[in-house]
Amino acid sequence: MTASTTSEPLSPAIDARGVHVRLGNSDILRGIDLTVRRGEVVALLGANGSGKSTLVRALVGIVPLAAGSVRLLGTDLGPDVPWARLGYVPQRISAQGGVPSTAEEVVASGLLSGRRLRLPRGWRERTHAALDRVGLADRARQAVQELSGGQQQRVLIARALVRRPELLILDEPVAGVDHPSQEAFAATLTTLTREGLTVLVVLHELGSLSPLIERCVVLRHGLVVHDGAPPSPAGGHADAGHEHVHPHEAEVSLAARGGDMGLTDTGMLP
Amino acid sequence: MNAFDEILGMLGDPLMQRALIAAILVGVTAPVMGVYLVQRRLSLLGDGIGHVALTGVALGWLVGSAMGLAPTDALAIPGAVVAAVIGAIVIEIVRERGRTSGDVALALLFYGGIAGGVLIIGLAGGSSGNLVQYLFGSISTVSSADLWLTLVLGAIILAVGVGLRTALFAVSNDEEFARASGLPVRVLNIAVAVVAALTVTVAMRVVGLLLVSALMIVPVAVAQLVTTSFRRTMSVAMVIGVSVCVVGLSITYWHYLSPGATIVVLAIAVYAVVALLRPVIGRRRPRPAHDPHPDIPDDVHVEGGTTCNA
Repeated sequence: MTASTTSEPLSPAIDARGVHVRLGNSDILRGIDLTVRRGEVVALLGANGSGKSTLVRALVGIVPLAAGSVRLLGTDLGPDVPWARLGYVPQRISAQGGVPSTAEEVVASGLLSGRRLRLPRGWRERTHAALDRVGLADRARQAVQELSGGQQQRVLIARALVRRPELLILDEPVAGVDHPSQEAFAATLTTLTREGLTVLVVLHELGSLSPLIERCVVLRHGLVVHDGAPPSPAGGHADAGHEHVHPHEAEVSLAARGGDMGLTDTGMLP
Repeated sequence: MNAFDEILGMLGDPLMQRALIAAILVGVTAPVMGVYLVQRRLSLLGDGIGHVALTGVALGWLVGSAMGLAPTDALAIPGAVVAAVIGAIVIEIVRERGRTSGDVALALLFYGGIAGGVLIIGLAGGSSGNLVQYLFGSISTVSSADLWLTLVLGAIILAVGVGLRTALFAVSNDEEFARASGLPVRVLNIAVAVVAALTVTVAMRVVGLLLVSALMIVPVAVAQLVTTSFRRTMSVAMVIGVSVCVVGLSITYWHYLSPGATIVVLAIAVYAVVALLRPVIGRRRPRPAHDPHPDIPDDVHVEGGTTCNA
């Protein structure tokens, strides 16, 4: 379960060494080492602004590295990475396009990767299978713009799953997502990890995914401050009167839910 | 019978035949690239490229008159193609580098393009009057050589715009995801910009540089009123593009009107009619049966202990 000794015939799924990222004048990441072995399920935790989103964006090549190296599935980050075996789920659709597009079209675009610029044979069946996996088989022909936030998030997960990836990298997949969607997502992920999927997931709180998580990496101010078993929640975070501020909508919850495990910048670790 | 004879007469006119072929080509190709520009929220890119193309027209003219070519504007269209492609690549690079200065760069190209064109045409011994046919179109003067160039460029536009549809959709819809998929994002972005530039120069003869963008954008705007998919939006926009081009051009066969302006006004009229009729004909589209409110849990305990989470 923990990051200890299993003999590894294969190279790690993710092997990041000394990752530095600068955006403008600020050092967002200041030397991150992160290894995720094949088959592991690792959560990346930290307060808002600790750099966890930037880290996964750097790992998949969206944000350029100022220093350090990243190897994905045994290949240096670049055009030679077997991109078809890797799935990435962003926080949200970064910018909604101006033209309507169906869930089917968005998910099918996930079948393109690396040098594959055209849809493979049988794309429609694979697309529908992926939508079925996230419980949206009946919404294939509906415009993504008409779906709810939780459903849109599930479409993005299907877009990553349609490749049948070996490694899945997710950036806050359940933030601001309704409870049924969260539970459906946890169930899907459970099935996939049993099939051997490697997962790196950025989370604000472990929540419904906590049974799956084998290892937690905690970032603070652009550095790794914890790598191991899931840490306990910050003091007071689970109290009834605690004001829980979500990263995006900054919604204030009036009553913390059971099992809610949030992390704040102060006092999470002694 | 009389109307039938009139139409036969129009189709028998070689000038009109060439014009109609050019109009069909432009009507099909312009919306194809327009879809990607609307998807990226770069609807005005076509305009920016069009203004730069004007400098290219003038440069072609200058080179042509320096070389003593027979019609001094023989190199105007090649000049426009070169300038538009360079302009499009510059805009793309600026867009990629600095996110905030994108619209300022576009503005610089707009004004630089027009001013450069007027300045250079003067140096070439012409007047800004010579540019009017490029600004507002001159479909009635399409030669067979022009037509061949239009045909070749049109084929390139369709090959890229339709052939690489899924890849261009992926990069236009979510550029970061495309990057995280290892797709050649920069190559695809430049392909969109270059092919949009070719589209501008193709459409220049029909509607003129000032109205090019209308033909790329308005059919797409109409199509997205009635469709839910990207693919359908593209095909409906192509049908609308061809229809307004052919009908608009035909009107000017009988009435002395500017073809370019007639086509654009027609396209906007179609938009207005569809937008007004949509609530009536929109019933065809099944209303989603679910609650339109987003499914965000409110975390509030309401009397009776139920959570309002439709």
